[in-house]
Amino acid sequence: MDQILGNLGLLFEFPVVNLKIIIDGVMIGALFALAAYGLALVWGVMNVKNLAQGDFVIAGGYIAWWLTGLGVYPLLGVPLAFVLMWGLGWIIYKLVIARVIERDLFTSLLATFGIAIMMAQLLNLLFGSDTQSVNLGFETLFFFDGFVDVPIAKLIGVCMAAVLATCVIVFMKYSRMGQAIRATAQDARAARVLGIDTEKVYAFTFSLNAAICGAAGAIIVMVWVIQPFYGITYAIRAFVIVTAAGLGNLPGVIAAGLGIGALEQYGSHIFGIGYQQAIAVLLLLLVLVFRMIQQRRSRQVLK
Amino acid sequence: MTIAKPVFYLLLVAFIIAAPLLFPNFGTQLATLWLMIIVALTWDMTGGQMGYNSLGNIFFYGTGMYVCAVIGIGIAYPIAEYTNAAGGGIYKFTDTQYFLGAILGIIGAGFFCSLCALIIGYFTFSLRGPYFAIGTLGVAIAAGELVSNWDWVGGGQGIALPVYPYDLDQGKLFFYYLFAVTGVVLFLFLKWMYKTRFGAAINAIRDDEEKAEAMGIHTLRYKLTTWSISAFFVGVAGGISAYQLIHFEPLETAYQTINLGIFMVVCVLLGGKGTLWGPIVGAILFQIFKEVTWNYLLGWQWVALGALIVVTVVYFQDGLMGWLKTTKPEWFGIRVEESSDGGAKA
Amino acid sequence: MLNTRTKLGILGALAGSLLFTGQSQAADCEPLVLGSAISLTGKYATNGVHAQNGYEFAIQKLDEAGGVKIGDKCYNFKVTYYDDESKGDRGATLAERLISQDKVQYMLGPYSSGLTKAIAPVTEKYKIPMVEAEGASRSLFNKGYKYLFAVLSTSEQYLASAVTLAAEMAEKEGKTASDVKIAIAVENDPFSLDIRAGVLEDAEKYGMQVVIDEKLPRDLSDMSAILTKVKLLKPDVLVVSGHSKGAATAVRQIGEMKISVPMVAITHCEAADVTGNFGEFANDILCSTQWAETLTYEDELFGTAANYETEFKAAYPEYAEKTVPYQVAQASAAVYVFADAFQRAGTLDKEAVRQAIAETELSTFYGDIKFSEAGNNIAKPMVLRQIQDGKYNVVAPSAFASHELNWPRK
Repeated sequence: MDQILGNLGLLFEFPVVNLKIIIDGVMIGALFALAAYGLALVWGVMNVKNLAQGDFVIAGGYIAWWLTGLGVYPLLGVPLAFVLMWGLGWIIYKLVIARVIERDLFTSLLATFGIAIMMAQLLNLLFGSDTQSVNLGFETLFFFDGFVDVPIAKLIGVCMAAVLATCVIVFMKYSRMGQAIRATAQDARAARVLGIDTEKVYAFTFSLNAAICGAAGAIIVMVWVIQPFYGITYAIRAFVIVTAAGLGNLPGVIAAGLGIGALEQYGSHIFGIGYQQAIAVLLLLLVLVFRMIQQRRSRQVLK
Repeated sequence: MTIAKPVFYLLLVAFIIAAPLLFPNFGTQLATLWLMIIVALTWDMTGGQMGYNSLGNIFFYGTGMYVCAVIGIGIAYPIAEYTNAAGGGIYKFTDTQYFLGAILGIIGAGFFCSLCALIIGYFTFSLRGPYFAIGTLGVAIAAGELVSNWDWVGGGQGIALPVYPYDLDQGKLFFYYLFAVTGVVLFLFLKWMYKTRFGAAINAIRDDEEKAEAMGIHTLRYKLTTWSISAFFVGVAGGISAYQLIHFEPLETAYQTINLGIFMVVCVLLGGKGTLWGPIVGAILFQIFKEVTWNYLLGWQWVALGALIVVTVVYFQDGLMGWLKTTKPEWFGIRVEESSDGGAKA
Repeated sequence: MLNTRTKLGILGALAGSLLFTGQSQAADCEPLVLGSAISLTGKYATNGVHAQNGYEFAIQKLDEAGGVKIGDKCYNFKVTYYDDESKGDRGATLAERLISQDKVQYMLGPYSSGLTKAIAPVTEKYKIPMVEAEGASRSLFNKGYKYLFAVLSTSEQYLASAVTLAAEMAEKEGKTASDVKIAIAVENDPFSLDIRAGVLEDAEKYGMQVVIDEKLPRDLSDMSAILTKVKLLKPDVLVVSGHSKGAATAVRQIGEMKISVPMVAITHCEAADVTGNFGEFANDILCSTQWAETLTYEDELFGTAANYETEFKAAYPEYAEKTVPYQVAQASAAVYVFADAFQRAGTLDKEAVRQAIAETELSTFYGDIKFSEAGNNIAKPMVLRQIQDGKYNVVAPSAFASHELNWPRK
């Protein structure tokens, strides 16, 4: 308790800490938002709750790390991971996901959970269980007497995330495929009647999701670290964000991602960083309860 | 009814009693098998029969372990002193303390978990479909994280219970029969319950909750009752496991979300959702699969498990019992009308 | 490539065992099976593999030396391994299987205090002697276990000399020891919590003030929130313990965030290869170690500590560029204790062997080994090394120190 009060006190004693926490939160939140956006896509379009989301992120990270080891320039890892994960997503779609789309809601959760543990273990067998990162070799900028540190690598990472998000938004809005995806999300049957090949749309959406995750992972490996079993961290965050923001609401997803990043940083500052995972999960539960109360209100009927 | 059925059950009971004596080296694995059967059967109560797929039943297992340990130790020593890492003292338990602690602890674990189910259920049962699964999973993960930071029960160190005071082979039998009795009681109870009006009501909830409500079934009450019964048995199983394992820690053993928490679901899916025998058959198949892969596929066991889950979910959604039901309906006493094209439909 | 390390390790172990079968036939020695559940996957996998390599290397050396003479027969050790996935309940089940199905009569320990805690009740139940090399938590030795022996020093000693050094430095500065402010960040597992308990006790002894006392996040990948507080509260000593992953994260982020604390003390530097991975970020960090290749210990089988290092690197080339972690050395020492006890017992009888282990008084390349009533090794001190220009130099305790402490750091 003393510790918690002490930590709260620090926030007021050194206001600059708030800035540092918010900056850190927004940076990590931007990457959470990317993974969450992919999840919102597959959830909204094909009603698949992808628990392997986090492992796609980690797989993308390992692809980038592996390529860097082969001598590829680290920043190129991001587009390459995007392309390779696209392929992997397509394979997984054809083998598994295509067969669970029409099934009940729980099926996709379990099937993707199976994929998640397979991927985590395969990554472990291929690359070992050490944490890995790619060092870009850029400087770190310090502000406010060194209290606030912003590594240039992180800045680049966030910018790349922003560029990627913008590209996806533009694509969804203006391209033929993007329109088909949105049409399918609204009403798959109607889309089929109107001549949209929904099977193709599904395959495309799932591959796009894997690719976005892969790119996010490639950014993460440059600014943080990855390890085969870290996937669950990103999967939980993605679910929190999507549950909070709702489906098909891209600005909402981004806002929720940044907000949750910052909230988590505040939480782990105040309660201790050991509670980080607990804070993320408790946020999820809070969001669920909040949504439920909202629903209850709108569902009131005659008694 | 033919003579075959009572004979079958008699033989089964005889086998259950004799199994650990026939295969003394596999005592622990057999006890684990019963644990799997118990958690699979209880999962199926809500997941298969009532249509609420919980991913958080492991919460009751972990909570059962901790409640049991706290009671079992608490009757002899203050918990905080016992769990303190730096405390150099050696703690001895008398035989009475051991057995009294174990029995009180196991029963206490059951009731406490029932209570938890009522409280958690009150909030989570208004979540539908995947949100219920995610919500319950969240509860289990959060509980594990919080307990692992709770120094009173040892935090991340876990907590150690006393060792069985008598001969060790006898101890193995003790735990086997504890599990077996719990399992058999649960099975008989479910066999009876699924035939009652109560069973019909929870099936109605699964098939169409809105309609069930419209027909005057107080759905929330039914859902809470079912889940708290299910939680009682999982809590008891957790309590027994606590004493069997002796030492356990919060994240990997007690609230082992991605191990046992998911295994129980896989067992049920393997065997067949919403059937009485499905979870049992599934648990046996799963246990065999697990023992084989963990022994002979060192390093690849998780890949094999993941593949098993994917293949089961994607290709055998109805499980073994479901598959048998469609191919051999006469085994289940389902009368089949021969249609004109000769194909049988259940 | 780093990622081939594990594969190389397995290959090395295979090659070693091939070598060993060839020789055992020549020497006509019978195999003697030991069992071990070890973490090949999961969060302790890095160190699990270190321990396994240590076991295999010692076995290979024993075979080359003509096997273990027990009575008038000669035997070659052979270890049956299972992967405990770094999970306690899995470890306990596997120990049970090793004993009741594989009929193993003697056990080598798993990696980490947590796993040892889970397995020890099982070996105790079956009265199977277990010599373990990787479980240091004191909570292992207050349960009255009779069949558990640990060759390493218990965990409260890991950083005790760092706290003492901090007190000395404060006095040198003209301040008192009670002015020293300590920041602690540990993993939430039995080993690290015991480190924390030890540091807290020592801090209390000197009247030092603990300004930060936090646990690392579960995945150990980011401790920047704690380091931010370090920047604000300016402690004099920062203590971090979290096995290899914790060490790697600490060194990396201390470097990246330019944290300047006069003294930083961590555990598992060598196992995480912080000098190889993070270069000058690691400079002037204090690392507690059970063993150092520069120490003057010696025995007949392995020669000097330095010789052990050379030969081990030759047998396992993936360690060539690194400092051999002490986790490897102590695993070898555990095998050596078994060999010695068997030879003195002169029989394969479990009770006689247990008795012989309890009476061990051995000088090895790893240090002296003598077990207390509780089973921990009381003859060997911990040493504290400082990374100076990429080299690990012993700086404390003074009896072993080869270099002066660089203080304050940066």
